[in-house]
Amino acid sequence: MKGRQLLLAAAAPIASIGLALVVSSLVLLAVGADPWSAYTTMAEYGTRLETFVDTLNRATPLYISGVAVAIGFRMNLFNIGVEGQYTLAALVAAYVGAQFDVWAPLHVLAILLVAMAVGSGYAAIPGVLKVTRGVNEVISTIMLNAIAVAIVSYLLVKWSIADETLNTATEQIPESGRMPDLNSVLEVVTREITKGRELRGFLIVAVVVGIAYHVLINRTRIGFDLRATGSNPFAAHASGVPPARTIVIAMALSGLVAGLVGLSQVLGDTYRYDLNFTRQLGFSGIAVALVGRNHPAGIAVGALLFGFLDSVAPILDISGDAPREIVIIMQAVIIFSVVVGYEIVRRMRATDEARAAAALLSNQPEPSV
Amino acid sequence: MTTTVAPPSTLDEQPRPKWWAHAGVRWALYAAFTVFLLSITQEFATPSTDQLTSSETASLAIRWAVPIMLAGLGGLWAERAGIVNIGLEGMMVFGTWCGAYGAVIGSPWLGVLFGILGGAFGGLLHALATVTFRVDHIVSGVAINLLAPGVTRFLSDTIFSGYQGGSISQSPSVDDVGEFSVPLLSDLFGWFEDRGWFFVSDSAGLLGGVVTDISWLTVVAYLFLPLTAFVLWRTTFGLRLRSCGEDPWAAETVGVNVLFHKFVAVVISGALAGLAGAFIVLELTGIYKENQTNGRGFIGLATMIFGNWRPVGTALGALLFGFADALQLRDRTAVHALLLLAAIVLALLAVRALRRGNRTSAFLFIVFGVLFALWYALSDSVPSQLPQVTPHIMTLVVLVFAVRRLRMPAADGAIYSKGEGAH
Repeated sequence: MKGRQLLLAAAAPIASIGLALVVSSLVLLAVGADPWSAYTTMAEYGTRLETFVDTLNRATPLYISGVAVAIGFRMNLFNIGVEGQYTLAALVAAYVGAQFDVWAPLHVLAILLVAMAVGSGYAAIPGVLKVTRGVNEVISTIMLNAIAVAIVSYLLVKWSIADETLNTATEQIPESGRMPDLNSVLEVVTREITKGRELRGFLIVAVVVGIAYHVLINRTRIGFDLRATGSNPFAAHASGVPPARTIVIAMALSGLVAGLVGLSQVLGDTYRYDLNFTRQLGFSGIAVALVGRNHPAGIAVGALLFGFLDSVAPILDISGDAPREIVIIMQAVIIFSVVVGYEIVRRMRATDEARAAAALLSNQPEPSV
Repeated sequence: MTTTVAPPSTLDEQPRPKWWAHAGVRWALYAAFTVFLLSITQEFATPSTDQLTSSETASLAIRWAVPIMLAGLGGLWAERAGIVNIGLEGMMVFGTWCGAYGAVIGSPWLGVLFGILGGAFGGLLHALATVTFRVDHIVSGVAINLLAPGVTRFLSDTIFSGYQGGSISQSPSVDDVGEFSVPLLSDLFGWFEDRGWFFVSDSAGLLGGVVTDISWLTVVAYLFLPLTAFVLWRTTFGLRLRSCGEDPWAAETVGVNVLFHKFVAVVISGALAGLAGAFIVLELTGIYKENQTNGRGFIGLATMIFGNWRPVGTALGALLFGFADALQLRDRTAVHALLLLAAIVLALLAVRALRRGNRTSAFLFIVFGVLFALWYALSDSVPSQLPQVTPHIMTLVVLVFAVRRLRMPAADGAIYSKGEGAH
């Protein structure tokens, strides 16, 4: 029985990756490209140290975004608004961070705190609207995403400084507010990292977020309340978990983590908020959380998988094997098939459990009426 | 002195409705009153503008409202059958690309057909995931929104890059389907509009925009409004479809094929979103470009909620938001005048609330009305981002303050599995 359980748990992700390969092979064949040579190019390029560094850099914000979404998922709240929360938080944090210059650790910490405050404040709005006015959080966060885009574009123009590149951007954060790269740490176990690739220091924040998420969900009162409300809101309410407060806390926590998503880029690469700021990470975070089943380690696997696919995509254009967009098709197929796969596994488990229960009952003596 | 005995009233004898209570007359009065409000606003607005009621604004508003309305109707079809469709945006993206492709290889009308098919493909994916495999509706919608831009970019790279003017992010430019003006009426309204008479010229301007240089595709698009209302509310098929959104388990017990109706509804939903996308390419921009849907699928969704999950409400919302879009395109200062309009409307709402004895609402209306009036008085322009987010802000406001008057389908978003009953 234990073996079957493990098999079922691993079946969905593995099957969905297999299916993604099949579908993308078919697409590649349809446009006259050779799937095998595309995959070997990806595998060969993907196993280089520099690509690995790039994968980690891309996985870092994806992971944080995935955790932010997962916190909501744990109590059946759908925080689609991570997108708006992290964009707004990154802009405000970048602006505030450029305004002062203090001792480095303090400076970085201050920027992180500002981002978390903005993210959780913006995420608390849909939470409050849900508990006070009964507004569905999916709809309110979609609206708030669009409103965040407008606020960001308004503030960016207001806060931008004229520079030689004509890129609308906030002022650069001074040296003390930046996060150093981790190349020297990684090079302890590997060869020297070349081609100017830098392993962003923000990876540490992602690791801390992952551990904090694990502790919060499994070892704290709040985490227990979240899970209890998520699995049975009525039972949780009856046993003393205040639903309204838990909803607002869950949204605020989700937004708090979401606020950190964009800082990987701001603190480790551009040191400012500009027009090239990476968008869409909030939606990718939903995908990553789904692939990882809201589990801290699972989300990491999902983030690394998506980060890997993103980082090997450019080589396909260069080598001429296939258009790089094939990677997006693969990611979408993975999302679809993984959720379908988990659903099928869930049904198989339910059948197993029913069968086991029936077997147990049939062994018991007939109850006397 | 004679006494006449009133005839005994029977249950089936209704009092004859007053002439102003007929639906057509009532709508005409509403429309006239709206124009009157616009005229008043325009009369007093500073900096002055004549664009609130010009035929150009009306013409643009009607065009820009189309994709929003079609997306909203698409959302309506899905949600009336109980499937939440936030993948509208992605389906619209499919529609833009396929619409351009059809127009490039054939004619604009082929583009229309391809756009519909492209959107329907997105709908098919959503239906397979949510209806057949019972995946969470939001999850599937998010996946479609992630998938669509990738697929279209992939397709552009393999197909449009080979054409003159095409690239990985855009198509060659495409033709529209053609326009017409209603003879006589168009000139007549134009003559009145030029007179500058208060209210009369304003009405003529707006009506003139409706009958001058109308695209055939716009006409087709607006036909989907009565068609949707008719099919969903006047046919057996529509009744069954809506029953799947209200209580699929009850529908099942009376023999409705719930899975079939949900499936069809979601595919139609996608097709409408696809048409919305094709409309953007063929009629609004004349070219396919990446990201050109610009969140209109979500605005359509917002409009559907704003319109209380009803076709006419959805269309009115779309017209309102299209009007804001059009003003932004025509004349920025006219957008500023909308602040005054908002203040006037809020004042009227406050009066109405007071007469109905609803003091809290009246107080809120007055507070917000005063805020809008102050904003209007203390500025001479509004941030350019404001018109774009007006739909989202208004939908949030409606959700917050009128949530009890909104009624969504009772089983909207529920996961239904055949023969298992409600969970």
